[in-house]
Amino acid sequence: MADIVKIVIDGREIEACAGATVLEAALSAGIYIPNLCHHPDLEPYGGCRLCIVEIAGMRGLPTACTTRVTDGMTVKTYGGELDRVRRDTLQLIMANHPSDCLSCAKNQRCELQKVTAYLGVTERTMARTMPEQEVDDSNPFFTLDRNYCILCGRCTRTCAEIVGVGAIELMGRGDQTRVGVFGDKTLMESDCRSCGECMARCPVGALRPKVNVVPAYEVLTTCPYCAVGCSIYLGMRDGRLVSARGNKDGGANRGMLCVKGRFGATEFVQHPDRLTTPLIRGDNGQQPADWDSVLDLVAARFKSYAPDEVAVVPSSRTTNEDVYVAQKLARAALRTNNIDNCARL
Amino acid sequence: MKIEAILAKFGRERLNLIPILHEIQAQSGYVSPEAMQAVAVHLGLSDSEVYGVVTFYTAYKLKPAGRHSLKVCRGTACHVKGSEKIIGEIEKQLGISDGGTTGDGEYSFETVACLGSCALGPVVVRDGRVYGRVTPAQVKDILRGDE
Amino acid sequence: MNLEALRRSAEQEWQALNHPSRPQILIGQATCGEAAGAGAVRRSVLDTLARLGIAADVHSTGCLGTCYCEPLVDIIKPGAPRISYHSMTPEKVSSLLEDYLVKDNPCPDLALGVWGEARGGIPALLDHSMLKSQVRIALRNAGVIVPDNLLHYLARGGYKGLERALSMSPDAVIAEIEKSGLRGRGGAGFPTGAKWKLCRKSRSVPKYVICNADEGDPGAFMDRDLLESDPHAVLEGILVGAFAIGASHGVIYIRAEYPLAIRRLESAIADLHRHNLLGDNILGSGFDFNLSIVMGAGVFVCGEGTALTASIMGRRGMPRTRPPFSSEAGLWGKPTSINNVETWACVSAVMLNGAEWFASYGTEKSRGTKTFSLAGKVRRTGLIEVPMGMSLEQIIFGIGGGIPYDKKFKAVQTGGPAGGCIPAEKLHLPVDYEALKKAGSFMGSGGMIVLDEDNCIVETARYFLSFIVDESCGKCVPCRLGTRQLLDTLTCITRGSGTAADIDKVLGLGRSIIASSLCGLGQGAPQPCLTTIDYFRDEYDEHICDHICRAGECRALVAYAILKDRCGGCGICRRSCPSDAISGERGRAHVIDVDKCSKCGNCLEVCSVKFSAVARVPAGKG
Repeated sequence: MADIVKIVIDGREIEACAGATVLEAALSAGIYIPNLCHHPDLEPYGGCRLCIVEIAGMRGLPTACTTRVTDGMTVKTYGGELDRVRRDTLQLIMANHPSDCLSCAKNQRCELQKVTAYLGVTERTMARTMPEQEVDDSNPFFTLDRNYCILCGRCTRTCAEIVGVGAIELMGRGDQTRVGVFGDKTLMESDCRSCGECMARCPVGALRPKVNVVPAYEVLTTCPYCAVGCSIYLGMRDGRLVSARGNKDGGANRGMLCVKGRFGATEFVQHPDRLTTPLIRGDNGQQPADWDSVLDLVAARFKSYAPDEVAVVPSSRTTNEDVYVAQKLARAALRTNNIDNCARL
Repeated sequence: MKIEAILAKFGRERLNLIPILHEIQAQSGYVSPEAMQAVAVHLGLSDSEVYGVVTFYTAYKLKPAGRHSLKVCRGTACHVKGSEKIIGEIEKQLGISDGGTTGDGEYSFETVACLGSCALGPVVVRDGRVYGRVTPAQVKDILRGDE
Repeated sequence: MNLEALRRSAEQEWQALNHPSRPQILIGQATCGEAAGAGAVRRSVLDTLARLGIAADVHSTGCLGTCYCEPLVDIIKPGAPRISYHSMTPEKVSSLLEDYLVKDNPCPDLALGVWGEARGGIPALLDHSMLKSQVRIALRNAGVIVPDNLLHYLARGGYKGLERALSMSPDAVIAEIEKSGLRGRGGAGFPTGAKWKLCRKSRSVPKYVICNADEGDPGAFMDRDLLESDPHAVLEGILVGAFAIGASHGVIYIRAEYPLAIRRLESAIADLHRHNLLGDNILGSGFDFNLSIVMGAGVFVCGEGTALTASIMGRRGMPRTRPPFSSEAGLWGKPTSINNVETWACVSAVMLNGAEWFASYGTEKSRGTKTFSLAGKVRRTGLIEVPMGMSLEQIIFGIGGGIPYDKKFKAVQTGGPAGGCIPAEKLHLPVDYEALKKAGSFMGSGGMIVLDEDNCIVETARYFLSFIVDESCGKCVPCRLGTRQLLDTLTCITRGSGTAADIDKVLGLGRSIIASSLCGLGQGAPQPCLTTIDYFRDEYDEHICDHICRAGECRALVAYAILKDRCGGCGICRRSCPSDAISGERGRAHVIDVDKCSKCGNCLEVCSVKFSAVARVPAGKG
């Protein structure tokens, strides 16, 4: 058990884990502090400077995302100079951010919108300083549109810290900084595996899916694509799968997905070529059949062979657990060691 | 020197990245994509990580430099003493702007952060040779490499 | 050879230089000397000696700091004291050598001063107006010794401070530094002893020391000069600090733009290894320490401690938020003390002469001395070292000799791009950390740039912002986007398209950038424009409301005209015009075509004093 410390945020006494940041403590107590570069999966960064707070006994305006809680700490999260400074910071971002929110893929899920609403900013006061940026449309699943990018670095840190690939990085310096790949080429020409982890953490519409349908509801299930068994929320609408996202509580993946799960599962599950009922090959070719008669047939045929004449190769789309059961069937029931599986795709 | 020969002198820890890039820049006058990829393999980094570092630091160039390098200090003391006029004169004579290389590959010209010879501003450096108290009229001689 | 024996040969070597049997010639060949032509002077010295058939020793020394009259050549003739000669050229030095060494005429008119008492019509060097009020502690050997010669440094008391430290406990060494009142000379002024204490207290190992020689402030060259002129003063300080902290390894992070300083350091480090002053079991004390040099890669922000460590570790040099401080988690996450070049040089002086001696200089809160690089519109430019608390006026007008060409002083810029412009009415201010901060400026690393009436204050603020915009690392929003926003606004003002609301915008946004930027670069970035608005508001208003730049520096706001009744028609302006904008017949008044004029100002410069016919006039509105 982590030690618990008591801190006071805006007059409310809350409990926090020792070692947590002020931002983590506030958010878990339900107190919102504006933030953009913070992400719970990533190391503290301190780049957007929106989560500045006042802490008794500390100089200046420390960022909540980089300051660790200490017992008895008193924090103020809004009001006066804090809001004025934050509004200036927000205005600087807004001056260079498109304002076509209604048609943006991240509309209503955009964290910049959330910050803007919190600070009550309704108009832009600063002139645009950045030139038009390049859009990287090369990836089949998602778009990197630098015009929307706020350079919070979540995507590049995700690629380095979580995925461990380092395909995208911050390139250049100062206001020439951009999210890019080796040689300023396109994502498709880079080491990118299209896993979309970067996109999943982008707070704005800079990394956005090409197919963007908001589901009516989501179902928690296990990814059907391969044997790893990633816990996944599949989004449903009109009886069809329309979206996928990782489940943070999933033991096998802790919220992560790969390109297959994130962008492939919805497609292959609903593919017209996919078999939805077993087929029995007979004189008239393959004919649909019910499961009972199929299983009877298979059992009867197995019996006609010696154990060494039988081999079991489960589908690579089965889960790890199903593969385990198939192996049990092979060794215990069929009494053969001829069992194999390609548990990856 | 071949890139392999440079890499052979350094270990595989990431702290060697900056010194390796310095050496490549010094040997070739720029850091080529092939060199960056070789460095990435040597240090176990991704290509993009190396590129991110190369593009962050001013000292590394992505394109080959001209045969002669011409640097004009844009430090405060030089600025106050009129380095803008020197820059203008060089741009006029070479027909290139800051960071450019002449079409014949003869000259690369760039403005650089303070060279620390402030008492003698404006300062111009041609191929490592420092010229102090430069006037626009002297630019022609400096381009020729005269004393 | 043990240190005792080494000291004896150092004594002989020093005697041999100062009381020689044949002439000794020392040429100031720091980078500043080279820029002034010391290389050609050296070649001329060698040629002349050969021509005259004189056997003499020629040495390269560092910089005495009187850069305005470089190149300097010192001559020590057998039986005579050392004499410094200034403003040498190949021709001058050639005739000087012949006059002095052959004809025994010391040429007083070419001399800067004589070392020791005045003699033969040559004043004492230390009575020179630029030198007499200086107290040279960090620069104690600069321009005096041959920097590549360890024996010279030893002869001047070198490494006695280290010996003393090694005979004390590390805690006692830290206590000594604390007692001296030494504060960081890189700018922020954090007490050095306290920093070391934090570092020593940490139980994490190994520990590191870093010498920050990434001197990037435009207009500052103290570190370069010091490393080129006396590398051992810095190295000895590093050794003392490493011993006190318990560090086993040190790094000197130095700008690649300082090749000579790097060469001097490399050679000095090799000497130290040779004599067991570096490496394992230093001087038999059981203290092991190694030192490496890492070259910077041309990025200003890498002078910031956390960015510097990121750079050493092979990463993009982007700062991170503190805490944790480097003294707790620096290089490789280990306790690291990062100190500036000048601080290290002061450390060795404190250990040599004692904390009380050091603390006897300066003010109550700012002890000791501070080096400043005096540049810009001042008569005697160069590198100086004065006790803390000396007034700006004494420095600029006393040591610096005031403004050249009898122009009017406008402001002095201290603290680099995070500093401010201090106006004439504040010249009485003493240089110490607190007083400069109170005036809206900053001690910084010691850049001091004097502006005169020809420098536009808005343009100066704009220049500093353009520097920051180029050098911002891009990590945090206020610095990356805010400084650009400020720059664009000031650019509008200098072009005559500013509005009255711009000033409030700059003040408000400037305050926000200071409050919310991640590191010192952004936190200081608005200072030059905030202080100039504070002290020179009328100049801003003139640009905005009247479209006038009184200094004539903002091209959009000035025009050039030829005064008909004065012009003698000599044609020199026509020939100097790069844009073919001037026409006129010989002997008749010329005219400037305003549409063609690029406003370079050449015509004004070349028009002879006889006529003074070119005038700079306001361009007028629109």
